[in-house]
Amino acid sequence: MPHAPILLAPLIMLATAACKPPPEPSQAVAIADPERGRVAIERAGCGACHTIAGVWPQGRTAMAIDRIADQALIAGRLPNRPDLLAAFLRNAPATVPGSTMPPMPLGEEEARDAVAYLYSLEGR
Amino acid sequence: MRLPTSTALRVGDALAGWPPPLLDPAGPYAGSIATLSWLLFAIGGLVTLVVLAALWIALFGSERRKQQLGGAKTVVIGGVVFPVVVLTGLLVWGLSLTGSLTAPIRGDEMRVRVTGEMWWWRVAYLDERGRDVALDANELHIPVGQPVVLELTSADVIHSFWVPRLSGKLDMIPGRTTLMRIQADAPGTFGGQCAEYCGGPHALMGFVVVAHPRERFAALMAQRRAPRPAVAPSRGEQLFRAVGCAACHRIAGTGANGLAGPDLTHVATRQTLGAGILPNNRGTLMGWIADSQAIKPGNRMPTYKTLPAADLAAITDYLGSQR
Repeated sequence: MPHAPILLAPLIMLATAACKPPPEPSQAVAIADPERGRVAIERAGCGACHTIAGVWPQGRTAMAIDRIADQALIAGRLPNRPDLLAAFLRNAPATVPGSTMPPMPLGEEEARDAVAYLYSLEGR
Repeated sequence: MRLPTSTALRVGDALAGWPPPLLDPAGPYAGSIATLSWLLFAIGGLVTLVVLAALWIALFGSERRKQQLGGAKTVVIGGVVFPVVVLTGLLVWGLSLTGSLTAPIRGDEMRVRVTGEMWWWRVAYLDERGRDVALDANELHIPVGQPVVLELTSADVIHSFWVPRLSGKLDMIPGRTTLMRIQADAPGTFGGQCAEYCGGPHALMGFVVVAHPRERFAALMAQRRAPRPAVAPSRGEQLFRAVGCAACHRIAGTGANGLAGPDLTHVATRQTLGAGILPNNRGTLMGWIADSQAIKPGNRMPTYKTLPAADLAAITDYLGSQR
């Protein structure tokens, strides 16, 4: 079939497009500290709803956060970028209208640190 | 894109009572306990050194030294006279130092009844005649610089009241009232913890004491004693009653009059949720209402997993406005 390579090319492109590159390390996240982020997550009480490795408590009201670095979308809407995830953590309803997750009391730096911690989770 | 901001920049002081800050007194009663503790550590350390020195002589010392050590004189002095003098001195000194902890109540102090419950604390501010004037839970507000008498009791099993920076531990015994005085010398937040195993979530039974300057404390109490202004009924309030919250929780000035669970009249002003274990913000409040069993397994509040998110948000908004 002489046309096979022509037909295959878009398929291959589609298949490789699904392999998402790792999240772009922006300047902000590069200087963020995952351990400070873990502390911020615990002090803000994210664990009341989410199960997050290394954080107490381990709530079950919302989704468990593991392997978020491998995820394509945040809350099924936003592209998974560190700056957008940080903005989402601070005020979910403003970034994803209709989100059940309320705004959380995190400062800008705390949110960046929290994102660094969430991206560092390998899943279990 | 406009960058969103969160509702507050400062994260909550989660787990104010854990780990309990020991030997870091913030008032006179805790201060005398800390002084006594350090002296006992010091004397204990000194006696250990003397005993180790005697042991070293007994093992490796010269014959002459061993003779001296084993003589009747050393045994009488080191084994009888020394302990009697030191222990008697310590007893007298310790009792006089901590006398303020057990001194009779004058009667003109501010009084608060704190009742241990499985696994939270019921708080009632009392007037001079011992009548309830304001109810709260899991948090106690006190004025700075004056002793506050706590009438401690329990509704079920034995608990123990312990706010390490303000005083010692005292058991809360069903059917009895024990008295404790606390005092804070400066404004601040002081964590507490149940110190007597009381079943399942005992380790998650925390407490918070907030000390205010006198004027601020007086204003706070005046606000709490005043009748609450009527507000237009909201969807959250209707849901609060419809789904059954009001059967166990009281909110003053509304129909909600349940007594089984913590009073929620001022829940939005509390530093923590779940009895001193979670920071208090909209997210944690919502998570606690939806599934407190995942947070504090075994506590007596059921989960509300069947509530739609909009109802959950409405109840959270309603409780978040209870100041």
